[in-house]
Amino acid sequence: MMKLTRSDKVLQVLIYILLLLLGFVTLYPFWNSLVISFNTGADTAFGGITFWPRSPTLDNYEVVFHDSRIGQAFLVSVLRTVVGTVLSVLFTAILAYGLSRQELLGRRYYMVFCVITMYFSGGLIPTFLLLREFGMMDTFWVLVIPGLISVYNMIIFRTFFLGLPAGLAESARIDGCNHIGVLLRIVLPISGPVVATLALFTAVWHWNDWFSASIYINDPKLIPIQTLLKQILNSNIVTDQLQSIGMNAAAQDRQAMMKSVTTKSLIMATTMVATLPIIMVYPFLQKYFVKGVLIGSLKE
Amino acid sequence: MVVPALIFILIFSYLPMYGVLMAFQDYQLFGGFFNSPWVGLKHFEAFFNSPDFWTVMRNTIVISLLKLLFGFPAPILLALMLNEVRQMMFKRIIQTVSYLPHFLSWVIVGGFVGSMLSTDNGSVNMLLMSLNLTTEPISFLSVPEYFWGILVATGVWKEIGFAAIVYLAAIAGIDPHLYEAASIDGASRFKQIQLITLPCIRPVIIIFMILAVGNILNAGFEDILILATNPILRDVSDVIDTYVYRMGILNSRFSYAAAAGLFKAVISVSLLAIANKAARKMGSSLW
Repeated sequence: MMKLTRSDKVLQVLIYILLLLLGFVTLYPFWNSLVISFNTGADTAFGGITFWPRSPTLDNYEVVFHDSRIGQAFLVSVLRTVVGTVLSVLFTAILAYGLSRQELLGRRYYMVFCVITMYFSGGLIPTFLLLREFGMMDTFWVLVIPGLISVYNMIIFRTFFLGLPAGLAESARIDGCNHIGVLLRIVLPISGPVVATLALFTAVWHWNDWFSASIYINDPKLIPIQTLLKQILNSNIVTDQLQSIGMNAAAQDRQAMMKSVTTKSLIMATTMVATLPIIMVYPFLQKYFVKGVLIGSLKE
Repeated sequence: MVVPALIFILIFSYLPMYGVLMAFQDYQLFGGFFNSPWVGLKHFEAFFNSPDFWTVMRNTIVISLLKLLFGFPAPILLALMLNEVRQMMFKRIIQTVSYLPHFLSWVIVGGFVGSMLSTDNGSVNMLLMSLNLTTEPISFLSVPEYFWGILVATGVWKEIGFAAIVYLAAIAGIDPHLYEAASIDGASRFKQIQLITLPCIRPVIIIFMILAVGNILNAGFEDILILATNPILRDVSDVIDTYVYRMGILNSRFSYAAAAGLFKAVISVSLLAIANKAARKMGSSLW
């Protein structure tokens, strides 16, 4: 270890302070929201809630879990994330595998055909109108199908497939395996880290996307949780939400709950429910996404 | 095997490109892309002559420049600072924490910002009042003067950790002998950062700088839609993308919005091409 001079030590201390400050600024909004979601709304309104709940309660969550719209939206998000991620990774891999095969005639042209779409696109309005003309508005599939193939991910897959030994696929072909079989049984299983990285990014995208549902979907049954949360933040539908939970609770419980739950405490509880899945998976996937970012940036 | 996927790309990526032609039409819902009457440059002229044009252009350019000015160096600074940390545990914790906001949706980040800045006992106002810096809570999200600052700061908050990954990787690739030699020559850590670390990661910085310049008209979309819900802010918050969304999707002026969108796309692609050329000239070509 190199010796530190006085000025080095000053620099070190300064850096530690700045990094601690950054850590605090990053974590505080989460922590504060979490605390507010566990505090009675009426008490939060007096102010001063920072690090600990002053009058702890689970009422906010009870309201959130009893609200059928939030439950439904959560299910839509989960379903969309699972179906969207599996299909997207699979189809992107199929295309990438095809384009990585030497025997495919004109694969250079197909490649250019795909890459062009990364730089040119129809933009918001023509895409919106096209999907509308296809009659895809207000269907579940409008959330999954337009993003099914990601050219960016395809390039990452393809680069990885090109690096695999050619004999691997050849021998499986000789043993009578068709291309789909080779991909599913041999190529994908040995591409674990790439599949994990791309699946993670796709899943995060699906979970977080609120915009496409906000323009393509009106049917309340198909609204994902993020879009619903955006609507809640923007309007006062919370008030009728409070009334709707009344149906599920006994009369005097309802009275008590209405007193303690406010718009703000309810928003915070809903926010926590919409954030939780990501917070839970991301520390475990850290090593994958760091790798993924590096693959992505090196293979521009 | 690749054919279905290619047809798919044809339908969902190339058909909308053809659909861009509607900027030169009076798009009619029942006629679709193929049967609407052609009107030439009418919608472009309407856009250029509209009083919104200059506001939208100014906001687009100013917001992108501000994001570049603050958002670009921030992750480099973070990477440099993390690299100076000797306690591995501390370094790992700070890194893990700093990535976290990248994985949150803008809706949630917007919720946090709203809660922090709220006049109704938001933490920032509580802090300012307890320090006697202000007597009345400030309604930050409805003051046009504060909007650009809030937008840029939120963007940095969300992406700083994630963007630092690449710089950290570049720093990790520097030959440690360089530092040893420098310290024997009596260079302080600060000097070493200045004379070794920064020059060594220069190529990476340049590549990302060029990519950022190519992106300059993408001032933001989701973040602005989420943070600028108050119409008072429209004069400072409306950029081309949000304008296209408002005119097209909300007001159903499809052809007009498509013309504005196409105008932006043409400039963006030209900027990208210029940035690319510059990259080749500087010797660190992108592809």
